[in-house]
Amino acid sequence: MTEVRTSLPRVAAILAAVAGLGLAGCNDTGGDPKLQIGANPVLPPLHQYLLPPIRIATPVGWGSETPKVPQGLQVHALATGLQHPRSVYVLPNGDVLVVESNGPKAPIFRPKDLVTGVVETLAGAKAKDANRITLLRDTNGDGIPDVRTVFLDHLNSPFGVALVGHDLYVANTDAIMRYPYQDGQTSITAKGTKLTDLPGGPIDHHWTKSLLASPDGSKLYVGVGSNSNIAENGIQAEYERAAIWEVDRTTGAHRIFASGTRNPTGLQWEPTTGKLWAIANERDEIGPDLVPDYLTSVQDGGFYGWPYSYYGQHLDPRVQPQRPDLVAKAIVPDYALSSHVAPLGFAMSSGLGLPAKYEGGAFVGEHGSWDRTPLNGYKVVFVPFKDGKPSGPAQDVVTGFLDANNHTHGRPVGLAMDRSGALLIADDVGNAVWRVSSAGVSATPKPAS
Amino acid sequence: MNKPESTGLADRPRAGALRRPIHQILVPFPVAYFAAAFATDLAYWRTAEVMWYRFSVWLIAGGLVMAALVALAAMVDLFRNQRPAWIHALAYAAAVVLSILNVLVHSRDGYTAVVPMGLTLSGVVLVVLLFAISPGWTLTHRYRIGAKA
Repeated sequence: MTEVRTSLPRVAAILAAVAGLGLAGCNDTGGDPKLQIGANPVLPPLHQYLLPPIRIATPVGWGSETPKVPQGLQVHALATGLQHPRSVYVLPNGDVLVVESNGPKAPIFRPKDLVTGVVETLAGAKAKDANRITLLRDTNGDGIPDVRTVFLDHLNSPFGVALVGHDLYVANTDAIMRYPYQDGQTSITAKGTKLTDLPGGPIDHHWTKSLLASPDGSKLYVGVGSNSNIAENGIQAEYERAAIWEVDRTTGAHRIFASGTRNPTGLQWEPTTGKLWAIANERDEIGPDLVPDYLTSVQDGGFYGWPYSYYGQHLDPRVQPQRPDLVAKAIVPDYALSSHVAPLGFAMSSGLGLPAKYEGGAFVGEHGSWDRTPLNGYKVVFVPFKDGKPSGPAQDVVTGFLDANNHTHGRPVGLAMDRSGALLIADDVGNAVWRVSSAGVSATPKPAS
Repeated sequence: MNKPESTGLADRPRAGALRRPIHQILVPFPVAYFAAAFATDLAYWRTAEVMWYRFSVWLIAGGLVMAALVALAAMVDLFRNQRPAWIHALAYAAAVVLSILNVLVHSRDGYTAVVPMGLTLSGVVLVVLLFAISPGWTLTHRYRIGAKA
């Protein structure tokens, strides 16, 4: 028994040290997100965790409530009862396409993937998806759609949509499909033609493929997300991912327009300069204030850091082997949106329909994530632009998705400006599409044809 | 299989079977899993090939499941009046606690899931475990009770 007495304190000391190590991993609270908005975000030193902080916002639905907007704006539901709507697209005649979609089943590579599955289910991110596009039409101009049809069915985790002339392109998670579209059509039954394959399964970690046609219609730009958080599935799995593709619309041939963009979920043309801009989701699990998601102009051939570095030359030690040659030329994004806001929706203000303060700039739909305490995002913000560049701090436009008890009524995803200049928001937890317009103005000036 | 030898085994005296610790059957499993995880950690450290790292994290998780079974069996053994070998039992418990930390470190994304902390923990766990099981794959004094009679 003497042996026991001498060894117990030692064991106790080891256990205390171990417990201390565990606690050091928790209780890590993020700072003021405002410090990370704009061209020069404050970047704290990175931390690695035993238990990465997870904060799940439980979905509770909207009930009789709606999102909140500042004075001068009004919000109402354009459609409810949808199935996991992820993006919206407005056709030239004013019809609204709602892409109802969710990601393919994720493979289990590690015990952690089982935990992730549970977290996603609790946060309402595992909802069954319809894999279809629904069309909404407002024939009498009262702002309430009176025609609702299944526009395109049997898709494969679609996200991006682009119309060029009479060719409608849909970016499924694994291919761009082309469908013939006639003005006023409410349903497409024609079998699509594949323009090109896109990086899809079997892993398909970031599955959304954003899509944008060039102004002359000759090219399509595709935002292709990475196949991992930080290349933990091997760099081979990242072939032609975490990139913005330029696809030739006639041949389907592609080249990498820009790379190192971890998950470019939205692409838009900046109207005064004609430059390509993107929103991108940055990496997780190195702290509540790392790495800020961003909005940036996209340079042809530009490299934006992922996975080797972030915001220029800030190295990520989780990536091995490193690539100093690429890190050296990594571009610092133009505008940080702050960390873990998960920008998934992007629309350039059309300058119609909304109050003058929203005339030039970008709306960003911040889906929010469970990787940070306190939660960040869960709202739609407006970034004012001047001379083709962001000119001030992001302002909250649509809030109320998250309540005071950290329950979610909904989560904003894809954005679009409708024909009258009102802002449309897909809400994949509230299963609705919201329409934000100027207060006191009749909902839609012109009925759809 | 009705050979005479096997019937002989079944006829072994009951008292002898009772004295044998149950957990002894299970003790080698976590040791084997954690030792293998150390080996695959070394492989990942040298190659940065994700396959090795995935092997490691499953091996550690599997080792922990087996360690839970060992703990259950050891508890049963205590009820069967076996005296714990404190030093070895505590060393074994420490190795399991370190392995819980290790599976969390191994659940990180990328190279730092293993290098340097995961690899170090795997090595330390292996050394502590080898000490814990050194007297004969058991955490109780299996030969003391009734041995003098």
